Amino acid sequence: MSAPSFTADQTSRRSTHRAPAPRRAARRKHSVARPRRSTVLTLLMGLTAVYALMPLAWLVINATKTQKSLLDSFGLWFSGEFALWDNISQTLTYDDGIFVRWFLNTLLYVVVGAGGATFLAVLGGYGLAKFDFAGKRAVFATVIGAVAVPATALAVPTFLMFSKMGLTNTPWAVIIPSLISPFGLYLMWVFAAEAIPTELLEAARVDGSGELRTFFQVALPLLTPGIVTVLLFTMVQTWNNYFLPVIMIKNPDWYPLTLGLNAWNQQASTAGGQPVFNLVITGSLLTIVPLIAAFLLLQRYWQSGLAAGSVKG
Amino acid sequence: MTAVTPITTGRRPPAGVSRSRRGRAGWVFVGPFMAVFALVFLAPIAYSLYLSFFRDQLVGGTSFVGLDNFQRAFEDEQFWAAVGRVLLFLVVQVPVMLGLALLIALALDSGRLYGKSFFRIAVFLPYAVPAVVATLMWGFIYGTRFGLVGNINEALGVSLPDPLSPSLVLASIGNIVTWEFIGYNMLIFYSALRVVPKSLYEAAEIDGAGEWRVITAVKIPAIRGALVIATIFSVIGSFQLFNEPSILQSLAPNAITTYFTPNLYTFTLSFSGRQQNYAATVSLVMGVVTMIIAYAVQLRGMRKEA
Repeated sequence: MSAPSFTADQTSRRSTHRAPAPRRAARRKHSVARPRRSTVLTLLMGLTAVYALMPLAWLVINATKTQKSLLDSFGLWFSGEFALWDNISQTLTYDDGIFVRWFLNTLLYVVVGAGGATFLAVLGGYGLAKFDFAGKRAVFATVIGAVAVPATALAVPTFLMFSKMGLTNTPWAVIIPSLISPFGLYLMWVFAAEAIPTELLEAARVDGSGELRTFFQVALPLLTPGIVTVLLFTMVQTWNNYFLPVIMIKNPDWYPLTLGLNAWNQQASTAGGQPVFNLVITGSLLTIVPLIAAFLLLQRYWQSGLAAGSVKG
Repeated sequence: MTAVTPITTGRRPPAGVSRSRRGRAGWVFVGPFMAVFALVFLAPIAYSLYLSFFRDQLVGGTSFVGLDNFQRAFEDEQFWAAVGRVLLFLVVQVPVMLGLALLIALALDSGRLYGKSFFRIAVFLPYAVPAVVATLMWGFIYGTRFGLVGNINEALGVSLPDPLSPSLVLASIGNIVTWEFIGYNMLIFYSALRVVPKSLYEAAEIDGAGEWRVITAVKIPAIRGALVIATIFSVIGSFQLFNEPSILQSLAPNAITTYFTPNLYTFTLSFSGRQQNYAATVSLVMGVVTMIIAYAVQLRGMRKEA
């Protein structure tokens, strides 16, 4: 942690060295608006990038090691035989391919949970941004109040409630709470207010289009960057969820990947348990690849979506 | 969050039939969200309030105990020790993380970097890593025997302090959380900075302001809303601390107690201790404490804005 803080301090101190631009030189080549690139600042930023990427490099490197060389070689360099493919096939087949089952469970939770959460947030955000209706202020107050309620404070009561309803230990116990994203609603609300001209909706209504048809054919296409943003962030939340499933799911057949990996790690740390550290590491790598790929591929969308969301933020 | 109120852009519809029709249409869109919201937010709060007034014992069954559970919570040293621990975590980790995130965002926004988009995505990537995987990775790295810390000790013949020892484990968790969320917060600040009108900078420059002055006088005030929101989310996140300590527990059983954080404590109470009524009470108290602090942050942020 100390390295990046050094970076930051230096950055700010450096900036103070710059002499104030003379009055008439505001349109000069190097100004705040059109700055000169700085090698020193770039190098200092490099340290933060190293901090961010080092553990990921560690993961990739160690996923190529056998269980044995994992324990007796230097962590940040390759060693022994290149066992990545071996590790992957072991991970996928260990314990009758339970990892694949966990992967499919996670996919189910993400598609239904995050997909549903995005759908509800888009509908709700659009409704709040573009309609006047009785109770709108109450909706606003409740949802904003709910953002401050720690989701985990709700987890234990939700578990008790769900167990009365017979929902625990089923996929529903994970999916239903995932369907609500107050942050997603907030983002879509701001985004819909900005991105959809009210005149366009009026025009569609004058043409005799019903409210639902107007929403799907006129509003939805304009909301795409916002939708991708909310979808990505709810996907991350669902994919990475740990507290909720750890409370709700006891049966390993319904574990998501996060619970499965932790179970393997505990098995490896327990005396007498089969040490499967190489599987924990390779499984971790396989778990993060899809999300990282999604973020890299969809950069253009979610970055513009966030920018729009922050206009009012 | 406070800035949302004026967003009602929908033009006031004509009076009469059309207005009430439009009124119903609003609920068609908001209704589904609110229905599920009632099930997963409002109902559990109501239910835990109900539970907190009862006690369930093997002998005697369920009985109404009034405010006994609350009294017990207020006198529970383990609970308040856990609250104290997350408060300490909050006052150290949150400013460090948000300060760094802000400085990185300002550096990206200054336009003085080579390879800006690489840095932006590199610092953000850890956000896509699940807390479980992040904690497992850092847990391995922290290891003094086989981990990177152990490697360094061996290679340099030094003996670094054990990051998983009782005195350092909170700082080690702080590092994991900072690593996970610094990029996310950076991106919130950066997105907010992008939409500050460039003309403001030019105006400040004409007035003779240097780059540092532009940052403190123009950029930071312009993104105060984003700063307040990020602070509130981080405060809530700190109070909810659970994943990292819970997963590290198997690596550092002596350093991380079953009541290390309030959430770990309620988890232990309801699943190992079978004291679900009391666990619901502790959850409620914790929720109220969190809301008070989040509200205080928001008030402070608003006052500065005014």
